[in-house]
Amino acid sequence: MQRIYLTFVVLFLFIAGASAQTNNKLVAASIARGKTVYLQRCMVCHQADGGGVPKLNAPLDASTAVNGSDVSKLIKYIVKGFADRVEIDGELYSNAMPAAADLTDQQIADVLTFIRSNWSNKAGPVSTLQVKQTRSKLK
Amino acid sequence: MKKVTQFLVFSSLFISMLLAHVSVSAQNIKPDEDNAGLTLPKGFAALKVADNLGRTRHIVVNKQGAIYAKLERLDNGKGVLVLKDTDGDGRAETKTSFGNYTGTGIAIKGNYLYAASNKEVFKYALNDNGDIVDENAAATIVTGLVDKGQHNSKSITLDNAGNIYVNVGAPSNSCQEKDRTKGSMGMMPCPILDSAGGIWQFKVDQLNQSYASGVRYATGLRNVVGLDWNNQLNQLFVTQHGRDMLNNLFPDLYDTTISAELPSETMYAIKKGDNAGWPFIYYDHVKGKKMMAPEYGGDGVKTVDDKYINPAMAFPAHMAPNGLLFYTGNQFPARYKNGAFIAFHGSWNRSPLPQEGYYVVFVPYENGKPTGKWEVFANGFSGKSVVKNPRDAQHRPCGLAEGPDGSLYISDDVKGTIYRIMYQK
Ligand code: HEC
Repeated sequence: MQRIYLTFVVLFLFIAGASAQTNNKLVAASIARGKTVYLQRCMVCHQADGGGVPKLNAPLDASTAVNGSDVSKLIKYIVKGFADRVEIDGELYSNAMPAAADLTDQQIADVLTFIRSNWSNKAGPVSTLQVKQTRSKLK
Repeated sequence: MKKVTQFLVFSSLFISMLLAHVSVSAQNIKPDEDNAGLTLPKGFAALKVADNLGRTRHIVVNKQGAIYAKLERLDNGKGVLVLKDTDGDGRAETKTSFGNYTGTGIAIKGNYLYAASNKEVFKYALNDNGDIVDENAAATIVTGLVDKGQHNSKSITLDNAGNIYVNVGAPSNSCQEKDRTKGSMGMMPCPILDSAGGIWQFKVDQLNQSYASGVRYATGLRNVVGLDWNNQLNQLFVTQHGRDMLNNLFPDLYDTTISAELPSETMYAIKKGDNAGWPFIYYDHVKGKKMMAPEYGGDGVKTVDDKYINPAMAFPAHMAPNGLLFYTGNQFPARYKNGAFIAFHGSWNRSPLPQEGYYVVFVPYENGKPTGKWEVFANGFSGKSVVKNPRDAQHRPCGLAEGPDGSLYISDDVKGTIYRIMYQK
């Protein structure tokens, strides 16, 4: 009996570990794809260090919103663009962020996963499903 | 009696010594030991007049040597600073402020100070000491200018015939249907040009002027931040920020290196009615040609020959010429007289390549024309040998002014440092 139990525990741990590993691998792949999107479409304004440009383009590194739990807001910025000129972490930015509506759901999930985990940011990944759901409500 | 006379002689001697000290020439002012962190040509020295002032944009120095600085962000609710050196050491001892608006442009002509918000221009009378007579009695001479955030700063300069020139930057990169959006083409005609993307001329002695009462003096200028009236040539000169993002918007036509080096930043000598061609063209200083913008059918090869004016001078891309000043003083060596200083705020649009600019440049003039060469005059503002990311720059030069003794003043809008450059042999 005890043996069977132990086998179950070991098996469970193995499966859990393996799925965490696959999950990590999936996130790592998403981050890598997201970086490519970032370099082509975002870096010009938000810079290689995610620091943005003072007074012009908001920083993504250490941003409250980028690290926050309201992922749908971030998805909306990408799909619709962002030029509200509201204070972001106490500062105003004068440039206009264009919509990148030509990006696929997966590309948006990837680039957000990248910016949320790069530099000093440590927020969790964004899934393609989250993008799909938020996007359908935006139209 | 003799004692009294002696006392009078001594005390008047003492007073005149004091006075002499206050109006001491740049030769006797001690520069900062490290020249305020700047690298300058041989014989020049620098000091920090003031520090940590906030976002000091353009500056002007009155005949008495007091500095007026326009703030881009209010400091204790005020938007114009007045700095005075009361003991003649070259550094400011007192700071006062007035005006409850943010902005960039500031100028003095005759006995008036002019200061701009992002929508308006105000005028203040100065007394014989160069002080504002009544800071609450600002006359609004221009109002209702376009302010949509992007490129909204208003710079000003005045001629000798009662006119003021105001830049209205285009709230757009290249007049696309959707600004800065990949795949979106340019609007034809570009509706932005009716109320922005040019220089407007107004009268100094009329109130509440706007587009209807002003003159669109020059058009096709995307975003001018530096402008100055050249008194020797009696002509307006402006420096334009060229367009951004050639590679991001048209990756098939421009690679990241070309996009970092093009288009040129440009200086124009302006005549009434001139059209510099934005958004339809950009300038390529490598080819020496006006190029058709990709939003309007360009491909990086097609040129546009006539129709639009040529720049008087072109510089590498994206360096952001924020301040322009024609030097009229006698303190600097003769070759500087009637040449142009340009404050390059520094680029952000060059990554993945390192950023450029973050220095003040001198453009020599001969017979009323730039010689075609330019040289870095003051460097080291950023505190970095290479600026990779704009936020790393400690200071960014923005405004320029000439003091009554011919010293050059430079403002920084990151930390709010004001530098004074002197020639001391
Ligand atoms: C043309 C410049 C530009 C480009 C390109 C650009 N952005 Fe932005 N971005 C901005 C500006 C400007 C703001 C702030 C807008 C405002 O305050 O109205 C901003 C804001 C943001 C914010 C909100 C930050 C916060 O703290 O609230 C996020 C997230 C963001 N951008 C992500 C991206 C991503 C991802 C891309 C690429 C797909 C991108 N941006 C491309 C200019 C740009």
